Amino acid sequence: MTILLYLVPAALGLGLMALVAFMWSLKSGQYDDLDGAAYRILNDDDVKDR
Amino acid sequence: MSTTADYSAFLRQSNKGRPTLDLAIEGIVSADAIATIEHSLRLTPGLVSARLNFTTRRLSTEWTAPDCDPTPAIETLERLGYRVAPFTSDRSESDEDRRTKWLLRCLAVSGFAAINVMLLSISVWAGNVTDITPETRDLFHWLSALIALPAAGFSGQPFFFSAANALRERRMNMDVPISIGISLALGMSVYETAHHAEHAYFDSALMLIFFLLSGRVLDHAMRKRTRAAAANLAALRVPIATRLNPDGTHSELPSEALTEGDLILVKPGERFAADGIIIYGSSHIDQSLVTGETARIKRVEGDRVFAGTLNGETLLQVKISASGEATLLADIERLIDNAVLAKSRYVQFADRVAQIYAPVVHVAAALTAMVWIALGVSVHDSLIIAIAVLIITCPCALALAAPTVQVVVAGALFRRGILMKSGDVIERMAAVDTIVFDKTGTLTLPEPGLVDAGKLSDEALRWAGLLAQASHHPLARAVRDYAVHRFGAIGVLSGVEEVTGEGVRIVQDGVMITLGSPAFCQLPAPLWQDQNSMIAFRRGDEAGYISIGQVLRQDAIQTVSALKRDGYRLIILSGDQKGPVQTLADELGVGEWIAAAKPHEKLVYLDGLKSQGRTVLMVGDGLNDAPSLAAASVSLSPATGAHVTQAAADAVFTGDRLAAIRDTLLLCKRGQQIMRDNFLLALVYNLIAVPLAVGGLVTPLIAAAAMSGSSILVTVNALRARTVRGI
Repeated sequence: MTILLYLVPAALGLGLMALVAFMWSLKSGQYDDLDGAAYRILNDDDVKDR
Repeated sequence: MSTTADYSAFLRQSNKGRPTLDLAIEGIVSADAIATIEHSLRLTPGLVSARLNFTTRRLSTEWTAPDCDPTPAIETLERLGYRVAPFTSDRSESDEDRRTKWLLRCLAVSGFAAINVMLLSISVWAGNVTDITPETRDLFHWLSALIALPAAGFSGQPFFFSAANALRERRMNMDVPISIGISLALGMSVYETAHHAEHAYFDSALMLIFFLLSGRVLDHAMRKRTRAAAANLAALRVPIATRLNPDGTHSELPSEALTEGDLILVKPGERFAADGIIIYGSSHIDQSLVTGETARIKRVEGDRVFAGTLNGETLLQVKISASGEATLLADIERLIDNAVLAKSRYVQFADRVAQIYAPVVHVAAALTAMVWIALGVSVHDSLIIAIAVLIITCPCALALAAPTVQVVVAGALFRRGILMKSGDVIERMAAVDTIVFDKTGTLTLPEPGLVDAGKLSDEALRWAGLLAQASHHPLARAVRDYAVHRFGAIGVLSGVEEVTGEGVRIVQDGVMITLGSPAFCQLPAPLWQDQNSMIAFRRGDEAGYISIGQVLRQDAIQTVSALKRDGYRLIILSGDQKGPVQTLADELGVGEWIAAAKPHEKLVYLDGLKSQGRTVLMVGDGLNDAPSLAAASVSLSPATGAHVTQAAADAVFTGDRLAAIRDTLLLCKRGQQIMRDNFLLALVYNLIAVPLAVGGLVTPLIAAAAMSGSSILVTVNALRARTVRGI
């Protein structure tokens, strides 16, 4: 059962990374305009006109 | 004399270093607005970034320096066809946003902790029936404690603070039993772990927190959208006034910036931005918003004029006697405030229920423990059963039954352009059996429209539209709107000359084109005269009359017949004269109508209906309707109506569709049904779950899952209220 010594901290570490990533996304305002974000991917303004 | 629009004062210094300006935008219908708006603003001088928030319909802009002038950007947006107004969010909105973010953070932490503790718990449960050693089990329990205790301490704060505040004021609310349940579960688990027991309950406590928080976050998020819309409406309704400065120049600024004693210029066709006295000029004023009379009244120097009434044909100078706070904006703000107050009124009611419910729950849990101890069960096991009882009796499903539906219905109505003032409106709308309509502005569009263009050719009408665009006359707008509606974007004509009181003219390719009074276009006065206004057009040899008057809303006939099919009794109650009212009633197919009704007569009629036992929906927009709106069982007002009327109405609908009335009625009926379903679900849950918990058949974890399950079931059921058949 010494494998637990690696697995448990690994699981906790990954979970903590996910938590930090979520907090960052919240802080950077990614939840302020969910509807707009859904539509922005359809914009073509990043494609150069042929 | 030149007039400058003065938006530079609205640039605010943000804490990011660059000045910012937020704009509320009306007229966004579809998502291509995002690309259109952001793209068209790209080349504005001084603008660093412009980002449209599609959810709140607001544009946030960043500028290079505090002395940048945002006016070109605003003009660009108006040319695209949007209505724009500077927006300053009030404190309560940013507080709400901050609270939502806080709840989301707590949710994230409790979610992370719950996942990881479940990882360990399931291992322990699996191991308990196979070959886990006590040492490993203890290790896992201690690890769970290490994760659960700080996480619960952080993410349980919304409940702990709320419970502490209530207890400090010697009250009880829903959060008290929840906090006790969480703390007991954690405390017992630590005790168990220290004594090498087989079971711990860290997962129950965390799951409880996670599910409860998700309900609250959803609730907050849904309210945010309705709040944002109401605040935008307020910003957009502030009219721009032209102030005559002491040095002779003019400034355009929002009416709330006016002070008593200011001199403003009111152009023909403009609405008065504030109450005041005419200093110079005389004009015929449309006071229908105040008196219900559609005939214009002549007002001269020295006469009082009121905010919201419409100026006629002459430029007036008016000295302000009362501005801003006393009139328009204040009424809309009260509309928003009332909506917020209504929300807390519901919460207050729920808290009052909790006053009784919470002590009962505590007593029940304590009694359960004592009975089990008396029956010979160990103190430890009895406590576990008591915790399960505490958790499972949490009245969350009951508490969520109505609010979730109210929020979903409010959202569905909002998407159709209808703003509801408070949740109890749903109940009253669902009970309606009679609908009373006002005529002007309600069944008809508030602005006059083109009724008949005679034999004028399409090209002539196009020219008429171009000329009308340059005119300030109130009737000209109808011609322009018709041309744009019929031909699409018609472009702009420069060099048009306006002769005040007569018309507009231009010479194009050697031909004189005129639009205005019959004499101005060298036409005889029309022989017939009904309630519509006649203006004339001439281009070279082609000339004719254009009739402008009240135009029925596009879908009025359809909506009225649909409402009749739905079984509602329909009545038209108007202050206008018999002739126009009868014509309209016949056109719509409405049998019952009353004309020339004064405000107090409308009231008497409504009371008569109510005493017959009918539940009456009143739809009206003029100031003369405001008392009737307040007296009806439930009321609706178009957003173009007088502001005091909007404040008196229970709900406000934007846009040109009369079908908004039918949408409201059908959605509220469905919402009412679903609320009843939810109460039933919550009741059934309690009837089954509580005996099971008292009987010791439920572990705290199952209690947490069941209680959360019932809340989720109620919330998901509420989502059914989003649509209804027939709309």
